[in-house]
Amino acid sequence: MNTEIKNIKKIIVDQALALDCGKIIKNFPVAYETYGTLNKNKDNAILACHALTGDQFCTNINPITKREGWWTFAVGPGKAIDTNKYFVICANVLGGCMGSYGPKDINPETNKLFGTTFPVITIRDMVKAQKYLLDYLGIKKLLSVIGGSMGGMQVLQFAASYPELSHSAIPIACSASHSAQNIALNELGRQAIMADPNWKKENSSPDKGLAVARMAAHITYLSKKGLEEKFGRKLQDKGSLKFSFDADFQIESYLRYQGATFVDRFDANSYLYITRAMDYFDLEKQFKGNLSLAFKENKSKFCIISFSSDWLYPTIENKEIVIALNACGANVRFVEINSDKGHDSFLLDVPEFLKTVGEFISSTYNEIKNEKRI
Amino acid sequence: MKKEFEAISKIIENNKRVLDVGCGDGALMEYLKEKQKNDVRGLEPQKNLVQKCIAKGLPVIEGDAEKELVQFPKKSFDYVVLSQTLQAFFNPEEVLEQLLRIGKKTIVTIPNFGYWKVRLHLLFKGTMPITKNLPNEWYNTPNLHMCTIKDFVNFCKNKNIKIDKSMCVTDEKISEITNKNMSYKNIFSQLGIFLIE
Repeated sequence: MNTEIKNIKKIIVDQALALDCGKIIKNFPVAYETYGTLNKNKDNAILACHALTGDQFCTNINPITKREGWWTFAVGPGKAIDTNKYFVICANVLGGCMGSYGPKDINPETNKLFGTTFPVITIRDMVKAQKYLLDYLGIKKLLSVIGGSMGGMQVLQFAASYPELSHSAIPIACSASHSAQNIALNELGRQAIMADPNWKKENSSPDKGLAVARMAAHITYLSKKGLEEKFGRKLQDKGSLKFSFDADFQIESYLRYQGATFVDRFDANSYLYITRAMDYFDLEKQFKGNLSLAFKENKSKFCIISFSSDWLYPTIENKEIVIALNACGANVRFVEINSDKGHDSFLLDVPEFLKTVGEFISSTYNEIKNEKRI
Repeated sequence: MKKEFEAISKIIENNKRVLDVGCGDGALMEYLKEKQKNDVRGLEPQKNLVQKCIAKGLPVIEGDAEKELVQFPKKSFDYVVLSQTLQAFFNPEEVLEQLLRIGKKTIVTIPNFGYWKVRLHLLFKGTMPITKNLPNEWYNTPNLHMCTIKDFVNFCKNKNIKIDKSMCVTDEKISEITNKNMSYKNIFSQLGIFLIE
């Protein structure tokens, strides 16, 4: 897998990046992928930001995992984020494990794997790394910056850090400050990894711990109703309970499968770093307790979208962003999409959601075109 | 365009900041944005209508005016518009207070319950009036607090709300309401339009 990772697209940032933790990194890789074609005016670029376990391969078949990209429903020819019209850029986040600088890399000072000696990364650091990529691609202003969950946090940070760099911003199913509940759930995952005896052992990975972390997290991406409908109390390939601790129920089997397949494609230390970045995210605090200041004088069109059954990033947290935007007179729209699919709704085939995203981006694009004509 | 929207857009000057409360599918917002270069915002409780607005590129947030208006800062809009919905709120008095707080000026339109067809319907049929402007039955009407043009004017007087302009729509014609013609307009107009502050 490592040889394949070496072949994916990446830039090496030769400038020094001062991280929020105080450390400075330089000559570091940012891995990325693009879809569609950048037009002559370079005004059709959309930056898609991935969530905790995503990567730059947002659509088509991921060449490393050989599985479908995480946003296949949304990104592609004729889809909401139409690659026939737009140029979609997606970068692997700093701290990730798909080619961007992360704990799987070699520490140039010690010539050993970073592991947990990799500096702690924040959402703002991730966004700064993406800015280097946009500079490299020669994009002065994005049509849109979009993402769900941790991707949405990057969208918010991007809007706050670079208010002039995007015509529109679409933060989906996220919050401006990570809640206590979400920090708690992330800590549960990290502890599962750290409790695995293989963690920090050379030439081994804490697969069991990482799988448990993924299983726990996966539950939080679904809704009670969704679970009832999909699994209920259905048994897995058997007619009756076996009075053992095997996976009797379908839901158990499903979670085990989710855990087992996850460890093949994800690095446990990356999981620690990225969840930490999410926990540290507090845009309100960055702006001295007034979230509105993060968007002051921002002329972008904001489209905030939440999902009715999302209890991880519930509508009320998304609405706090809307309230802050309204308080500073920003150009904001907001809709809560009805869906039983929980937090995962943004990744799935939820027609009303995809329609809203598609129509919003297309109306923004048309408006830019019209303004230029005038 | 509806006569009502025509009257509203005539009140609002170009390049003003406008909040349309209960903006529906955004028809008025679109007109104000395109024809008068107004910087428009909308609030609408129905998801499907919010989605329609977003598709048109309009900045509309999903929400109920009775809960959401508090988030807008004081005098953050030049005009706040409330078209034919005041009577549908649980607490119209509070909503009106919020509108006056947010807007430098507020435009409120009301379906006139004093309209002669409404009066005759109740007088002769003895059942709750159903007209073009009030199409619902008593059991499924969203209108909880119907009032007449006179009621609204009296209400503003009692609350010390200044009425800058009173207009009405009578059979698709827009006209001014004065102290002199009030009783007449209260019988013959379907709709009252008020600019208040």
